[in-house]
Amino acid sequence: MSHSGVDHPRLAAEFVKNDSRAHWHDQALWFVRAKRDKAAQSLPEWETLRERASQIKRNVSANLADYLEEFEANATKMGATVHWARDAAEHNQIVLGLLERHNAKRVVKSKSMLTEECHLNPFLERHGLNVVDTDLGEWIVQLRNEPPSHIVLPAIHIKKEEVGELFHRKIGTDSGASDPTYLARAARKRLREEFLAADAGITGVNFAIAETGGIVVCTNEGNADLGTSLPKLHIACMGIEKLIPRADDLSVFLRLLARSATGQPITTYSSHFHGPREGCEMHIVLVDNGRSNILGSDEFRRSLNCIRCGACMNTCPVFRRSGGHSYKTAVPGPIGSILAPSRDAQQYASLPFACSLCGSCSDVCPVKIDLHHQLLTWRREITVRGHLPWTKRVSMKMARIVLVRPAIYRMAGFLLRKVVLRMPRALLYNPWNAWGKSRDLPPPPKQTFRQIYQQRHGK
Amino acid sequence: MRVGLFIPCYVDQLYPRVGLATLELLTRQGLEVDFPVEQTCCGQPMSNTGCCDDARPLAERFLEIFSAYDYVVAPSGSCVSMVRNHYAELVGDHPHYAAVRDKTFELCEFFTDVLQIERIEGAFPHRVGLHQSCHGLRELRGGRASELMVDSFSKTRVLLESLDGIELVELSRVDECCGFGGTFAVAEAAVSTMMGRDRIHDHQQAGAEVLTAGDMSCLMHLSGLIRREKIALHVMHVAEILAGYEVAS
Ligand code: SF4
Repeated sequence: MSHSGVDHPRLAAEFVKNDSRAHWHDQALWFVRAKRDKAAQSLPEWETLRERASQIKRNVSANLADYLEEFEANATKMGATVHWARDAAEHNQIVLGLLERHNAKRVVKSKSMLTEECHLNPFLERHGLNVVDTDLGEWIVQLRNEPPSHIVLPAIHIKKEEVGELFHRKIGTDSGASDPTYLARAARKRLREEFLAADAGITGVNFAIAETGGIVVCTNEGNADLGTSLPKLHIACMGIEKLIPRADDLSVFLRLLARSATGQPITTYSSHFHGPREGCEMHIVLVDNGRSNILGSDEFRRSLNCIRCGACMNTCPVFRRSGGHSYKTAVPGPIGSILAPSRDAQQYASLPFACSLCGSCSDVCPVKIDLHHQLLTWRREITVRGHLPWTKRVSMKMARIVLVRPAIYRMAGFLLRKVVLRMPRALLYNPWNAWGKSRDLPPPPKQTFRQIYQQRHGK
Repeated sequence: MRVGLFIPCYVDQLYPRVGLATLELLTRQGLEVDFPVEQTCCGQPMSNTGCCDDARPLAERFLEIFSAYDYVVAPSGSCVSMVRNHYAELVGDHPHYAAVRDKTFELCEFFTDVLQIERIEGAFPHRVGLHQSCHGLRELRGGRASELMVDSFSKTRVLLESLDGIELVELSRVDECCGFGGTFAVAEAAVSTMMGRDRIHDHQQAGAEVLTAGDMSCLMHLSGLIRREKIALHVMHVAEILAGYEVAS
């Protein structure tokens, strides 16, 4: 792919090289996909819910400005302060400003893909703050100094033995321990101390309700509740697309979200926040960071419907075998491969091609985003903008020249069957034959179909 | 009823048996079948690589060549999906576009939906693994994709199951992609190969003797791996099985 950009094929090949690990990763995620299937099957109205969710989101996209204003007014009425950030830098500055004003030194965070997208942690750390991710998976990758590899299962690429070793080094658990319960207890004890010492809590937002001005955060560990119940300052960070019109709509999304994400009927905690607690402050930072550009594009607008359930990652046969880190974006997988090029098409030009166009993502998506068609549209966009590698450009041009003229097509076919495919193996399977590295080419038939047809029909 | 036989370019060149099987299946139904010899390729490889300007002239040729027929039938879900679902962006304003789109069918759906035939005379006394080629499944809706919570059906399976003696084996992942994906197979060769091996393994553990699919492109990729790794698994296109061909050696 382009030289400066993300080289997904190379990163994927590295992941695949460790065959047993790649298979372990594939199976771990397939297990989640299978759980999702069971959970979805338990609801006879599943497909109706998907359709409903997609309609609600379409309405939100069409009227986003109005819903945002309604939300701001209602949230403000309940005592929250609403901030607007044009991009990641503004978002980070707003959060830092709030923390500094409260003289906060220690911050606990619950999971938020938006703050990953904005690289908030490193930014705050550079300014001398102590930031702890309190979602267990997030905390594990933070201790390893890595980004998450999956939006719902941030540490899915790490084996429990490796977590045991990490905890042994970082928090002094027994050497060699890998029992998940033991490790989780140790983490919980340590994180409890962080919660108690925190000056501020930062959360993400799963849904913001225009009608009420409330926000909803879904977690399985209750860490958003704990992180906002103890400190006096709660900062909730959200992309502007998280809006839903009414509290009633929530039932549609909550039923879809957890089933799609992990196969649970509902997340263990769905925490509703309606304004600050007594004597505390609640701030909501609404972030654009490229979203209004996407909103303005007919082709890609629907990608803003995403509720970040991760199902498209679990089902993607490429993601399962190449790992989340091979995408080099905060949101990887099918949806990430649509969102990333809209930020920087050249940098992420390889991502829409990291896809066999099988279409599984579009069918699994709870809000019915036509993911694989959008990936195809991105391929066209990348070609138009001149970011397609020259090998693909030239080979497609040559193919067209051959295929528009039946005589040349027949000649090329003749060469293929009579010369190329009959070359000695050593020559045929040369280093440039990417197909033939692992696969044989088909044995050449004596005649083509058209030759046989023409003989039979005397044409 | 005049049927225009649409044989994908690589099938014409590399898998003539599949073209013949398709021709025989249709002719046996008493249809008048014609193979317009000027045809080459529908343009899918270029379109899926993002090169619309290279795909467009091929799409235009296709429309002109096939507009004369009552129906257009191909032994490929993928190429039919190209015409049905993706020509709009390339040649949507062509005078023949809408008519050709509506009369172009994949072989199995042509039997079940147009001819209303769900039984094929013949026998195939073998254990068969059916690979659900993605485009036939999710783009043409030739069956229920495992992600969707709708009633279960498969147009290909119905026809295969009507043969005497056939036994379709149960796979652990019923419709996972084989990893061919056109230029994906070369550009992302490592992942593509792993996907292919995993599919083959699934068919092996299910006890299949013959692996079949509605798209020869999937099978070209899978049989390339099978031959390289000397795996004891035969590969046949659905049309070959339905036409009563012997197991290919
Ligand atoms: S695109 Fe759809 S499936 Fe993927 S994370 Fe978003 S909502 Fe879930």
